[in-house]
Amino acid sequence: MSGSDAFERYLAPASLAQALAALAGEGGATVLAGGTDLMPQTRAGRVRPARTLLNIRRVSGLDGVEVEGGLLRIGTLATVATLLTHALVREHAPLLTQAADHFASDQIRNAATIGGNICNASPAGDLLTALLALDAEVELAWLAVDGAVRTRVHPIDDFFTGPGRTRREANELLTAVRVPLALREQQVRFYKTGTRPALDISTISIAFAARLDGGGRLHGVRLALGAVAPTPLRARRTEAMLEGLALDAALAARAADCAAGEAAPIDDVRATAWYRKELLHNMTLRMLDDVAETAGPPQGRKLPLWGTARSAKGGPHEA
Amino acid sequence: MKHEIGFTLNGVQRRATVDARMSALEMLRDVIGLTGTKYGCGEGECGACTIIVDGASVNSCLLFALDCDGREVTTVEGLAGDARAQALHKAFVARGAVQCGFCTPGMMIQATHLLATHPHPDADAAKRAIEGNLCRCTGYQKIVEAIVEAGETLQSGDAT
Repeated sequence: MSGSDAFERYLAPASLAQALAALAGEGGATVLAGGTDLMPQTRAGRVRPARTLLNIRRVSGLDGVEVEGGLLRIGTLATVATLLTHALVREHAPLLTQAADHFASDQIRNAATIGGNICNASPAGDLLTALLALDAEVELAWLAVDGAVRTRVHPIDDFFTGPGRTRREANELLTAVRVPLALREQQVRFYKTGTRPALDISTISIAFAARLDGGGRLHGVRLALGAVAPTPLRARRTEAMLEGLALDAALAARAADCAAGEAAPIDDVRATAWYRKELLHNMTLRMLDDVAETAGPPQGRKLPLWGTARSAKGGPHEA
Repeated sequence: MKHEIGFTLNGVQRRATVDARMSALEMLRDVIGLTGTKYGCGEGECGACTIIVDGASVNSCLLFALDCDGREVTTVEGLAGDARAQALHKAFVARGAVQCGFCTPGMMIQATHLLATHPHPDADAAKRAIEGNLCRCTGYQKIVEAIVEAGETLQSGDAT
């Protein structure tokens, strides 16, 4: 283990096997992708540098977006700007496009990667609630003792174990994210509140996905909550309450109460725990009202390329 | 631990010796001596340090200097011959979009990047583009007007 506060060496390999070898090497490696979290965290001493600073941005084949076997596969180096503008993401995972539209600023979206946002594992990570609501899976690769690259797939639902902590092993690299393709009748919503639309870390965020049948009943309900617990989390009791039912005012009110009860927020500089629960209740109610009113397909609302649909004011806004 | 990197800076090949934890901003200002790119917050909140790397605008304070290796970097000093930047320059002056000027290099870079991808932005698109750039003097109105005007100037120039 490195006891130093500085990196001892720097590697920017071109192949995945070389990157994985560095991760498995003595003293381990700190992975650099976009750097937008790693730079301030390193500066503030919140990340203890491993022996090697491993820049994975030169590894080929890690930034693609493709449809493969009924799944949208997004390479770990795909930037948030790519999520916002890529036609395949918009078509097959519009919830990710919405979440990307609320993400930081243009400069940060151009650098920050989906893999970095996941591995940073912030309770307030804007993409994480969306990925939870979409039943996403992550692909993790490592180098076996025989020198072969091995991969495993892990559900994102079980990936986050605490602030900044995941089930990624130290010798593993997150190489891609897989998302089931959105069905035509799927309704998705991403809500985020902060003091201003740009650059603010979420006070709370909500991601919702469900299929709406001809009778207005919800199926496959997913409700994920951000910034209200040590990890982004699924509101499973609320999901179960909504499953198979058509939304009405009474059900929406009960679901909003339930969602607020599932959160375990803390007091911090952005909001008190009490306020977060109030926000969560009210935003869930507003979101469900909106779902109830919108029987049309999710593609019915077009996001502008550089988005102007977000509220110009602070506070609640939706894509 | 020092590393030597090579990259294209404003169209010219450069080499620089950098520390592993050095930001691209520190490299540009302290190692290379180009001080047009400003240090505002050091955490990606203010946009004063915006540069263009491989065609995309990024906060140079959040970019590892090492990661510039092999890439194409443009700073505000490199905008002198750029037609979009020249139109922006004129419009910023005409509209009074500069007061203290500290945010201006970042605004110019980000607005140039906007015009490169969206040649004729309206006020909403201009606001959205500079949401990562803070100005503490003019209050954005004149900056937004200048960006829209520069887009219009370029469009009318293209038409003739």
